[in-house]
This record gives sequence, structure tokens and C-alpha cells, in this order.
Amino acid sequence: MSDLRPRGLPARLPVLWPAAMLLLFFVVPFGIMLAVSFSHQVEGGFYEPGFELANYARFLDPFFGRALLFSFWISVLAAAIVIAVAFPFTYCLTRLRRRAQVPFLVFVLAVLSLSEVIIGFAWSTLLSRTAGLSNLLVWIGLIPRAQAWTPSFGALLMGLCYLGFPYTVLILYPALSRLDPEIPEASRTLGASPLRTFFLVIVPVLRAPLLGALIMVFVFNLGAYLLPQVLGRPQHWTLSVHITDQAVFQSNLPFAAAMAIFLVLFSLAFIGLTMVLGGQREAAR
Amino acid sequence: MTRSLRNLFMGLVVLFMALPLVVVAGVSLNGGQQLLFPPRNPSLRWYAELFIAQDWLNALTNSLIIAISSAALALAIAFPLAWFVWRYRTGYGRLLYGLGIAPFTLPPVITALGFLVFWTAAGWHGSIVATIVSHAVFLVTLPLVTISLGLAAIDRQVIEAATTMGADEATVFRTVVLPLVRPYLISSYAFVFVLSLNEYIVAYMVAGFTVETLPIKIFNSLRYGYTPVMGVVAVVFVLLAALIFGLIARFGDLPKLLGAWSKE
Repeated sequence: MSDLRPRGLPARLPVLWPAAMLLLFFVVPFGIMLAVSFSHQVEGGFYEPGFELANYARFLDPFFGRALLFSFWISVLAAAIVIAVAFPFTYCLTRLRRRAQVPFLVFVLAVLSLSEVIIGFAWSTLLSRTAGLSNLLVWIGLIPRAQAWTPSFGALLMGLCYLGFPYTVLILYPALSRLDPEIPEASRTLGASPLRTFFLVIVPVLRAPLLGALIMVFVFNLGAYLLPQVLGRPQHWTLSVHITDQAVFQSNLPFAAAMAIFLVLFSLAFIGLTMVLGGQREAAR
Repeated sequence: MTRSLRNLFMGLVVLFMALPLVVVAGVSLNGGQQLLFPPRNPSLRWYAELFIAQDWLNALTNSLIIAISSAALALAIAFPLAWFVWRYRTGYGRLLYGLGIAPFTLPPVITALGFLVFWTAAGWHGSIVATIVSHAVFLVTLPLVTISLGLAAIDRQVIEAATTMGADEATVFRTVVLPLVRPYLISSYAFVFVLSLNEYIVAYMVAGFTVETLPIKIFNSLRYGYTPVMGVVAVVFVLLAALIFGLIARFGDLPKLLGAWSKE
């Protein structure tokens, strides 16, 4: 290829259209949202332009603090559980022959694409009294009567793990499938058991992608919006639910926008952390 | 891990992933209104309901229109950008690429709220066009990443050979680049199509009260009680996704598409 820089307008034409679309429909909305977050809320669901920090001051409310803490806590917890299962799963998956991997990948992709609504519905059915797992326990004779296990914290946690699992597998897949097979082989030759190899060789070698995946799943979980409403009680509402609630039902757009901006900064801080970790890994090579 | 232990572990995980789907498929077969498992008086009447009942059919049509058009639009935005970033080394190209990745990395509620305020300001709030454009921009990350992967896999020497033989930019694009990235174009169209079909929060914030998509319809109905039709939608969506990804795997190299090395 001759030149690496575009010369003249015709060469730049292909990029103008995507640039316009992304600027108009992603950057501009973001800008408006930022402006709205500083606007003044008026009674009756309207707001007038202005510059005030009142919406941000509401972050000091115990209401907001509780929602934030809860979102943080359940997202971290679900991310940790998911990584603990998905990492060994993906490792086993990548050790299979390529053809054998395909059905698993198709299944994982199919579950990944499922709407949160459907996952919420599926889990609430699975944990319900009439069609749920508890009937199985009754049938075995473990409990006397079928019971509903949803809505509850456990149900929500389960749903979040289900939602995050396929996502995590796909994040970990590239790093794990590129792992040099000679590394575990060497460990085996030197006499380490498979489990020892996994924990003392594979995990340390891949700790950077592992940590990166943990943070990405955490941010992904923060975005869960429907599951807390379907599988949780009102005290289990996460920040995402509150943002929508304020925007759509309380008609308080400025406060919703302020919370969204906060969530952006919060997520960006964590994504930045992932990049720093990734950068260190590159540097270490 | 020894082979049997590994198989047991993988089997358990797959069972856990399949369990909700099995139960949902079961309740969708109920003859009555109730969601029972195992189903009572098994029948397929709720499958017919999805395609006959006006409100479900409406939601289905909306979802399909949005998914078909937003996937096309997302591709139309992503392809030129991916090509440009691959062809030239420019700062603004990379910046735009980063911008294209952003909607997918942030919690979706943020992008959704951005669209809400934007379309309200533009006066298009509640229109299906707004939903289509929003979905295309929201999901543009997928084709952008997938197509870039496909472009990166092209051997630069092939391009050089074509140029040396006297092909100009347009000819190289038409005869070399396009055929080589075609599988990636098709799979990214499928990715966006499936995800748009299942997307809730953006569609809801942009036009939730006027343009009811299937996920919105399900969530609205959840409040008034569960019906087996929801199970039907879940089953149809899972099968559709499995079919589409299965086809991609059949005609392409799925492991490579997802980031494994090209061949072992």
C-alpha cells in the first residue's frame, strides 16, 4: 500500500458519513444530557436551562448512597461468581478440538443475545411456585410444599450471573484460546497435577486478562436494568433502574441525567483501570 | 483436569445455562392460561397466538422492522469507518473508532437516556425511525469490531500485488477487499439483527409508549400476569439466535470470528 495518509477530499469521503452519524447521534445526545444534568427542575416534569449543581447535590442523599452501594455490591458479587465459573469453563472449552468448540460457542452466543426481559421471565418461572425448581425438591421429598423463591436477593444474583456468564466466556475466549498449549504441557511433564497446573500456572499467566474481564463484567452488571425489577424487590433496585424511574415515571430528567453522568464517570474510571492493566501486560512482554 | 472431570464440569455449567430455557419451553406448551411445569394438556395454541393475536403480531412486526433496518444502518456506518481506519493511519480515524466502541462499553441506560433527551429535543420522540437510528448507533460497535477483524486478516501482500498490477483504489476495494470481508459483513449484520431484536432499554426510552417491540410487550405484560405466549417468544428467540449463529458457524470460522488464532 502506497500512502498511509488520505490525500484530498475524495479520499476522506468514506469517513465523513460515519463521523457525522456518530457525532450527531452519540456525541450530541451526550452533550444534551450533560446540559440537562445542570438544568433546573420545575414542578410538573419540565426543566429550564440553567447551571446549578442541585441535581448533583442530591447524591448526598442517603437514598442515592444506598442505591449506589447496593448496585456496586451486587455487581461485584455477581462478577466474582461469574468469573469463578466462566474462567475454568472457557479454559476447558478452548482445550477442546476446534470443531467441538463450535456447538458450545453457538449456545453461548444464543444465550448472550437473549433479552434481559426473557432471562428475567425465565428465571422468575424457574423459581416460581407453580413451575419452579421447588416442585422438584417436593417430588424428591426434601421440602413439604412448593414455594416461590422470587423476588429475592438470591434470585436477582442468580439472574445477574446468568446474564453475565456468556458475556464473560466471550471476553475470556480470545486470551485463553491463544494460550500456548506448551505452557500447561510443560507443567504436566514436570509432574504437576491438572488442578495444580490450572491454579499455579494458568491463572497466574492469565491474571491480566482475568482482571480485565472481572472489571468488564462488573460494568456490564451495573447496566442490568430489568432483572432488578423482575427478580428483586424495590430495595434491590440498582442505579440503572433509578435512572429510568426518574426519567420516565418521576419526570425528573435533570436528576436522571446527573445520575447517568455519574455512572459514566464511575464506569469510565473502571474501564480506564482495565486499559492500564492491559497496558502493563503489553509492557511486560 | 482429567477428561471425565472436565466433561462433568462443562456439562453442569451447560445444564445450568439450559435449565431456564427448558422450563420456559415447557410452560409455552401449556394448553391453559396458567404456567405449569410440566405442562398440562400440551398444545401449540400459544404459538399460533403469537402470529394471530393483533397485539403480539404488532409487536413482532415492529421488532422485525427495527432489527432489519437498524442492522443495515449499523453496517452502513461501521463498514466505511472500519475500512478507513484500516487503510489510513490518522488520529481522527482512531478517535472515531473509539467513539464507535463507546456505546457498547458503557452501561446501556446511559446511551438510552442520551437518546431520550436527544429525540425529545429533536421532536422525533416516539417515532419508529428514532428507534431504528438509535439501535444502529447503539449496536454499531459489533460490526465495527467484526469488520475490522476481517480487514486485519487480509494479507497486505495481496493488496500490494493488485496495486502493482495497476489496480486503482476502487478496483482493489471491489475485487480484493470486498470478497474477503464479505463473511464478516454477513455475520455482523446477523449480530446486530439478533441483538436489536432482543434490546429493551433503548427501544423503551426512545419510543416505549408508541412503538411496542416484543421485549417491551413482554415486560408490559409481565405486570398484568404471565401468559404462555411469553414462553413462546423466548423459545422463538432462542431458536432464531441458535439458527443464525449456527449458520455463521457453518459457513464461516466461528472460533476465529470470536478471536481465536486463525488455524491450529
